[in-house]
Amino acid sequence: MEQSLIDQKIATDLLPKKFGTRSMVWIGILLVFCVVGFYAYVLQLKRGLIVTNMRDYASWGIYISNFVFFVAISLVGSLITAVLRLTGTKWSTPLTRIAEIIAVSAITFASLIIIVDMGRPERFYNLFLYGRLQSPIIWDVVVISTYFVISLLLLYIPLMPDMQFLIAHSKDKKLMWMYRFMGSFWKNTRLQRTLSKKAINILCVAIIPVAFSIHTVTSWLFATTYRPGWDSTNFGAYFISGAFLVGSGGVVVAMYVFRKYYKLEEYIKEEHFDKMGRIVVMLGMLYLYFNINEFLTPLFKMKKSEEAFLNGLLIGDFAPVFWSAIFGGMIIPMLILIFKKGRKPFPMFIAGIMIVVGAWVKRYLIVTPTLLHPFLPMHNVPENYKHYFPSWEEWAIAFGSLAGALLVITFFARIFPIIPIQETIEEQHEKEHH
Amino acid sequence: MDTNNTSRKEFLASIAATGLALAGCSSKGNPFEQTGDGSTELTGEKVKLLSVDGQVIEVDKAYLKPVPELPAVSNSAARKGIPGKKFVMVVDLSRCKNLRKCQAACNHVHHVHTNLNWLKVYPMEQDEHTAPYWQPTTCMHCDEPPCVKVCPVDATFKRQDGIVLIDQDRCIGCRFCMAACPYSIRVFNWEKSDTISEELCAQPYSCESGVPQKIGTVGKCDFCPDMIRKSELPHCVTACPNGTFFFGDLNQDSVSNGSETFRFSELIRDKAGYQLMEDLGTKPSVYYLPPANRNFPFENGLEIDKG
Repeated sequence: MEQSLIDQKIATDLLPKKFGTRSMVWIGILLVFCVVGFYAYVLQLKRGLIVTNMRDYASWGIYISNFVFFVAISLVGSLITAVLRLTGTKWSTPLTRIAEIIAVSAITFASLIIIVDMGRPERFYNLFLYGRLQSPIIWDVVVISTYFVISLLLLYIPLMPDMQFLIAHSKDKKLMWMYRFMGSFWKNTRLQRTLSKKAINILCVAIIPVAFSIHTVTSWLFATTYRPGWDSTNFGAYFISGAFLVGSGGVVVAMYVFRKYYKLEEYIKEEHFDKMGRIVVMLGMLYLYFNINEFLTPLFKMKKSEEAFLNGLLIGDFAPVFWSAIFGGMIIPMLILIFKKGRKPFPMFIAGIMIVVGAWVKRYLIVTPTLLHPFLPMHNVPENYKHYFPSWEEWAIAFGSLAGALLVITFFARIFPIIPIQETIEEQHEKEHH
Repeated sequence: MDTNNTSRKEFLASIAATGLALAGCSSKGNPFEQTGDGSTELTGEKVKLLSVDGQVIEVDKAYLKPVPELPAVSNSAARKGIPGKKFVMVVDLSRCKNLRKCQAACNHVHHVHTNLNWLKVYPMEQDEHTAPYWQPTTCMHCDEPPCVKVCPVDATFKRQDGIVLIDQDRCIGCRFCMAACPYSIRVFNWEKSDTISEELCAQPYSCESGVPQKIGTVGKCDFCPDMIRKSELPHCVTACPNGTFFFGDLNQDSVSNGSETFRFSELIRDKAGYQLMEDLGTKPSVYYLPPANRNFPFENGLEIDKG
């Protein structure tokens, strides 16, 4: 009897809550960003890519940086859900859905932003009509759509048992049809539980190589070219380690925000922050290692073609941004999290934000400096072709897409329990058995 | 830029007159159609033309109108290229003084946007103690083209005659090819060309002529396959007063700049021809002859060079 009371409490605690004033303000701000971004995109559709400040040398800009950022942050879904689950880590259960919705919304906006970058978006279907398997872009299309489907399933299947709680307890009449549509077939039978567990296990195994593929292939969009700064065999591992770092940073930020505004202190405990903090430090060290690999060997050799690029990045025009990203987005957050006091919720929130912002800037530094250091000198072009600073339209679209991703996560948490109810109850039972 | 030459090709060909003779059977959209409604104001100025049945006729000048240059070959033929040929170019660096006539001619015939150049002339200086020289740079038409490898939709392709072309009706504008090209030769049509007339813009696109350039797609030097089909040399070759560019067929082992013709193999052997960035393995079809015994001092080109 007491047991069912606890279950009851967990279920009501974790039910999605209506938006309060603060949420409304937050949504309002995000919507403004989205609307301005959409308006900028309409302008771009009308006038073409001339509205951007990309030109023939900086032929890719912050759209591509943003794409890489989205793909990177989406990798965390596979880390938290799959890697931790398969290694039998129990404490990560309350974080799985946060990680998975970050993955799904990020990968959705990654696909959108790549269409925004196209000169002829209306010819998108050519990828299917004339697609050639030898192009890394086609590899990316294949693995990203696969990753999207697996992530969606990994979001949905653990959500099915939670639908019974939503149908039973939710006071949202307007959303009830959706809960019924998505989960009324879930009767919590032994067979359903076994099947769902099996399906989740298979998906967890499947998503790891696919997750590695999406970001490795994304790194190959650069590494398959000859250009200084991109022509690197280290690129896949460098991208993956950075992706896990930014994803974990994103999860930490989301943990903090959901915990605070949904009053989830009993479910997302300080212990979770402590453990995520340790993981972030480990991932930070891994990323630092690949950064050293990426820059030290070319610096040692100083090949002529790399010289201008490396100088520009480390001591030249890009140096302030570069060192801010290295220290602000990697070293300082790690220093915060090494100490036990740093692994408390608030300092971790700050560290998480630094990691995410630093990662975005780092993606800009992966794309632009290389393009502005071609093999042949920049010549016979107007002066503004030799530099790149995004136009307001580019900023608006980039921020609009980031706001859009946050909006998807916000609405998801409004409609569905952000912490899995059924799994939390099950874990509670297990704990009591031991 | 010195390439802002807006004068354009007029297609007042005598062929238009044959159209006049056929006016009776003209249908809508027929380029030879007489401006039908009789509202054409006569200028009073007569032009003598040869009709289809061999008669010399006189027509009013007002009836003449530009005729669109229809693509000589179909898209699939343009993708295949000319059988049995392997086109190569040889650039003699000792002859270049950065006059940029090549660039102007190229931009003019292809109606390239003022900000863009398909052909660039670089001031090159390998090291502070080595001599500077001018290096005209076209598309290398590589035999292992990195741009073709990365194109997701086969919009840029390698033909059997060695030419690398772009089909701007297929290009999705992802610009991966621009990132992949180590020679930075590719340009993007960020906006509609400002050097092309409305009429030319409306004419059917051909990837062999490269006209009209399409907004939102990638463009580049195409070795002028439309000229080659007419057994003529590419425009940069004929435009250079110093005969810097030699063009020809590797299978025939001959290259010409219009006034001089050489055996390709002998020229490369005797003058120690080389390719740009040979070490990358792209196997360019453009060869350079070193700037030895130069015809002009490097400084002569500086006044034209504006960066």
